[in-house]
Amino acid sequence: MQRHVSKVELVTASVIALFLVVVFPGLHAAGAVSDFTIKLWGKYLCYGLLAISVDLLWGYTGLLSLGQALFFSLGGYMLGMNLMLMIGEDGQYFKSGNNPSLLPDFMVILGRTELPSFWKPFYNFPFAVAMVVLVPGLLAFLFGFLGFRSRIKGVYFSILTQALTYVAAVFFQNALIMGSNNGFTDFKRILGCDIRASATQRGLYIATALALVLVYAFCRWLTTTKFGLVQRAVRDSETRALFSGYAAANYKLFVFVVASIIGSIGGALYLPQAGILNPTEMMPEKSLEAVVWCAVGGRGTLIGPIIGAIGTNALKSWATRAFPDLWLIILGGLFILIVLFLPKGIFGLLGQARDFFAKRKPEAASATAEPAKP
Amino acid sequence: MKIESTQKTFLLAAEGVNKSFSGFKAINNLNFYLDTGELRTVIGPNGAGKTSFLDLITGRTKPDSGTIEFEGNVSIPKLNEYEIYRLGIGRKFQTPTVYTDHTVWENLLLSLEGSRGVWASLFHQPNSTERDRMDEILATINLVSQRHWKAGALAHGQKQWLEIGMLLAQNAKLLLVDEPAAGMTDTETHKTGELLLSLAGKHTIVVIEHDMVFVRQIAAGRKVTVLHQGSVLCEGSVDEVQNDERVLDVYLGRKKRSN
Repeated sequence: MQRHVSKVELVTASVIALFLVVVFPGLHAAGAVSDFTIKLWGKYLCYGLLAISVDLLWGYTGLLSLGQALFFSLGGYMLGMNLMLMIGEDGQYFKSGNNPSLLPDFMVILGRTELPSFWKPFYNFPFAVAMVVLVPGLLAFLFGFLGFRSRIKGVYFSILTQALTYVAAVFFQNALIMGSNNGFTDFKRILGCDIRASATQRGLYIATALALVLVYAFCRWLTTTKFGLVQRAVRDSETRALFSGYAAANYKLFVFVVASIIGSIGGALYLPQAGILNPTEMMPEKSLEAVVWCAVGGRGTLIGPIIGAIGTNALKSWATRAFPDLWLIILGGLFILIVLFLPKGIFGLLGQARDFFAKRKPEAASATAEPAKP
Repeated sequence: MKIESTQKTFLLAAEGVNKSFSGFKAINNLNFYLDTGELRTVIGPNGAGKTSFLDLITGRTKPDSGTIEFEGNVSIPKLNEYEIYRLGIGRKFQTPTVYTDHTVWENLLLSLEGSRGVWASLFHQPNSTERDRMDEILATINLVSQRHWKAGALAHGQKQWLEIGMLLAQNAKLLLVDEPAAGMTDTETHKTGELLLSLAGKHTIVVIEHDMVFVRQIAAGRKVTVLHQGSVLCEGSVDEVQNDERVLDVYLGRKKRSN
């Protein structure tokens, strides 16, 4: 197949992976990197997972989902239910003696004295982790099954995903039992470790970096299989794919479920590092932001969205402090510039540069274009 | 016709098929029978319903009424595009329709006969038989040295050939070939004709064509069907249809004689 993993790519990816998973947290343990920085980068890498989730759909399958932040938030909510229960005796109301049954504080405000039954299994951490995969996966499956079978595509798919995330946001805003507008916050412990401790934050960062590396490797594999070929065939010419015997709807459904689970994992890892989650995270503009990261980094590649997510958010961290009023204008301007001048994003610059030099040396280009097949 | 159709199993039998598009009758009470192993050429003036007919056979559109049966027992209108494809009906479109962002090799790989399921696609690696088959097809369609080119970079004629190669890779029972020679040079057209002739017998083929030189090349000694205003005007050898008064009428626009 065309996009075999080359040695150069393998070495580069391994070096970056090693740096992210081992060296960077090592520097933190040694005190060379601050707690603030490692937490910030942990969040960036979570955004990277969200961006990959968008790109797998948009860049590789031609499905512009404007609702991926929903799955990101759902992942957060699932793990968040466990973290809320783990606050236990550290909760404000327990300390003041008003919460003998150790409910999350917001439930005490609601006047509840007993935990709702669907909350109970979330005392178990592995159960919460399983829900991080299952709940968004199931939602994506149901939505995708109905949508793709009815051949909803293009802009209609985008609108529907946007509507879905909006509806979910309104639902969670009104779901008192899920914390409504305030959502979840004030976490104390994860797996028994103090969530604010330097070592815990480092552990969370390592888990995120590892997840990103594994997801990258998985997607890299996925896109080089025959599945990947069909995926791009559906993107470029769905009608032709149908006339090649491929049930495009099944392929889209599979990608949609996989992408949503990836987004959800990102959200679950984001939650303990951000320390707060509320329904505004599900609003359509959050999903749109992730689409911008993809476009900036370079859609249709796997490195591009990660670069886009980290780059745009690093810029955001800096610009919101330096020019708080201008941040949205900067983001908008960046998006316009990228769309106008770098349709393939920042990562696409490499390809554009290569094509530019290849044109100047046509013979050298044809020699290096593709390795001969056996 | 009716008696014959009940006695014999045709590969494809369409009876009393109608299809209109917002009032325009594209297909009008069409009856069409195709034997296994035939190479049938379908001609007809613009708007005669040739491509609409292929759309009906391949599931792109559904007939308003009438039956289309494959191998005597499968009702085509009940199936969707990919199910019809999986019966062994392949189609080459009028304008070359290949995956332009995929390489020539990948285009063939996507078309190669075999499972079309999601799970199978995750773990499918072409084995040596399949590789040999694709190499053979590349040689047949004259694209050996372009195998790693993106299909979008091919010349128009080469794209037509690649699409024919994709049909070969599919190893379909019935090949529906819509204007294979469109936009080709005379030499390319002749080679395309030879390719189709070499496939006759192994596959059942329906070719839609305008170019009468090409039609004479591939239809010599075979049946030609003339479509006009959505139904079959006449059928017979090339010479018969070319000398048929009704055919001359519709092609030359002569006034209908009353008889």
